[in-house]
Amino acid sequence: MSALLTVNDLKVSFNTEDGIVHAVEGISYEVEPGKTLGIVGESGSGKTVGTLTIMGLTRAANTQISGQAIFDGEDLLSASERHMRAIRGDEIAMIFQDPLSSLHPFFTIGAQLVEAIQVHNKVSKTAARTRSADLLTMVGLSDAEQRLSSYPHEFSGGMRQRVMIAMALANEPRLLIADEPTTALDVTVQAQILELIADLQAQTGTAMIIITHDLGVVAEVADEIAVMYAGRIVEQASATELFANPQHPYTRGLLDSIPRLDRDRSIGLDPIAGRPPSLIAPPSGCAFHPRCPRAFDRCSVELPPLEAAAAGSEHLVACLLSPEERIEKR
Amino acid sequence: MSASDPLVEVRDLEMHFPLTRGVIFQRQYGAVRAVDGVSFSVARGETFGIVGESGCGKSTTGRLIMRLLEPTAGQVFFEGQEITNLDRRQLATLRRDAQMVFQDPYSSLNPRKTVGSIIAEPFIIHREAREANERRKEVRELMDRVGLNPEHYNRYPHQFSGGQRQRIGVARAIALKPKLLVADEPVSALDVSIQAQIINLLQDLQSELGLTLIFIAHDLSVVRHMCDRIAVMYLGKVVELAESERCFSQPRHPYTGALLASVPVPDPSISAAGRRPVLKGDVPSPSAPPPGCRFHTRCPKAQSLCSQEEPPLTEMPGGSLAACHFPLEGYSSSS
Repeated sequence: MSALLTVNDLKVSFNTEDGIVHAVEGISYEVEPGKTLGIVGESGSGKTVGTLTIMGLTRAANTQISGQAIFDGEDLLSASERHMRAIRGDEIAMIFQDPLSSLHPFFTIGAQLVEAIQVHNKVSKTAARTRSADLLTMVGLSDAEQRLSSYPHEFSGGMRQRVMIAMALANEPRLLIADEPTTALDVTVQAQILELIADLQAQTGTAMIIITHDLGVVAEVADEIAVMYAGRIVEQASATELFANPQHPYTRGLLDSIPRLDRDRSIGLDPIAGRPPSLIAPPSGCAFHPRCPRAFDRCSVELPPLEAAAAGSEHLVACLLSPEERIEKR
Repeated sequence: MSASDPLVEVRDLEMHFPLTRGVIFQRQYGAVRAVDGVSFSVARGETFGIVGESGCGKSTTGRLIMRLLEPTAGQVFFEGQEITNLDRRQLATLRRDAQMVFQDPYSSLNPRKTVGSIIAEPFIIHREAREANERRKEVRELMDRVGLNPEHYNRYPHQFSGGQRQRIGVARAIALKPKLLVADEPVSALDVSIQAQIINLLQDLQSELGLTLIFIAHDLSVVRHMCDRIAVMYLGKVVELAESERCFSQPRHPYTGALLASVPVPDPSISAAGRRPVLKGDVPSPSAPPPGCRFHTRCPKAQSLCSQEEPPLTEMPGGSLAACHFPLEGYSSSS
């Protein structure tokens, strides 16, 4: 199946007073229709900047962008702002982390949903309102008609996130980008929202990119996972493969540093030493080498390419260790 | 299941924050019942976890134990002494022996002070290590102990990352060798790889200094990893109180069961099975909690009794305490 979105060597950097921040350093991936790509990484890994750039939301005088993001045969990075506006919220929609700051506090939920629909469709206000009510019902809010007249502050965090999802799905996007959609929510509500997203995706066949720092969340929803570190993808594989055979020392470090309910409590945590690097002056060679327990002399000079973990494998990893060394127990 | 030699004991603790209307003539028209009759005791050297979702009263309970808040009713005992009616001078002793680590390492450190003077402050307030030299030496040792470079003594908080700031908060908290450390969500603002560093640090310090730790968090996997015993709170009440391992392998209260089932597991082969019973709806408002059992509006096992009568916290086979009319049985986390 051909990809819906193909990102090619995307680079994003920002000029700041402190120097040039290399937020994204050349990432490539594909998203297929109906599939979910999970992008995992810690703060500052570039996971959010990459997708914001694809949406055309980082364009500014101090930003340098290069590479391609081919959506439906057309490069979004070189598309006009006017054209991007037509695509945003219609063909590609986005759900943000904080549902309170992504909804306008002065307008009713109904007014905001109607606006989202009317921007992209020539329909009457009444028709848009009916559609809005249907959307709210679809995302599991009862009394949809009445809810339309409510303001965001009258809703709980989970309900607001449902409204955001309804708004994102209003124009039946072909690609949905969810940036930490459940991070601000309690676990029981997070479970509801994850299930809702999965159900809706199954119904609508929307492709999805989910960005998160939570390995549990990504394991639940993603088909394919890309792990990012310091602006680069360091490992990419199908969800099952990635969790069964993590190859990159960073991925393995992440998995070893979280306490897990499905493991014996007495197993100690094995944290990754140090902290994420500065993006203004990233380390030479492999950006992870100062924290890597397996680093050797070549790691500080050579930048490892993202390549197949074994010949012919679809599991990609950017590490100079040999395949045998990578899976050795530390 | 009260500990034989409790360091902290909490009895029927209540904290109702008044809701008022009007600017000059304020009238109270209701109350947020943040903590509503909570009792437990924490043994010396134990790690006691308090878990629950936002608004369940876990942080308020922690603040009441530290007496950062005056309870509406109920008592808190520290080493057998009631602290709810101590005057300012008597409180000073408590402040020495009980310290707190806060969630947000950004707002809990004074941005205008150097790290050295932040960590030295407890010594000054409690008139210990009077000589500046002696104090500096103590602070450097503390910095080294929590994994900070002592040479960074003169830096300001903004020059440190989130994880390092949390280390500063920990160093300040253990400066006077307290008996009790209350940690309120100490790792939830940190990146995954940094969380584990702080968790390990707290565990090392605990065994080294013989600390008693009250660990408040919403992340069940972290709580299970850290704690000996756990209190699960829902809308101001303790709904289950049990040994950590038992609480996770054999939850008795349906809410505990639902919480456990809601945690995403980082293993697609398990999570794909669609194992979870998703709880319906949101947590009701603590200003108007449901009658009877507060969980009955969301409980999959609720019956008519549940909306009429509030279940007391009672002992279950196996030793757990749970407040439920129809507790779970034979549940195993592996299924």
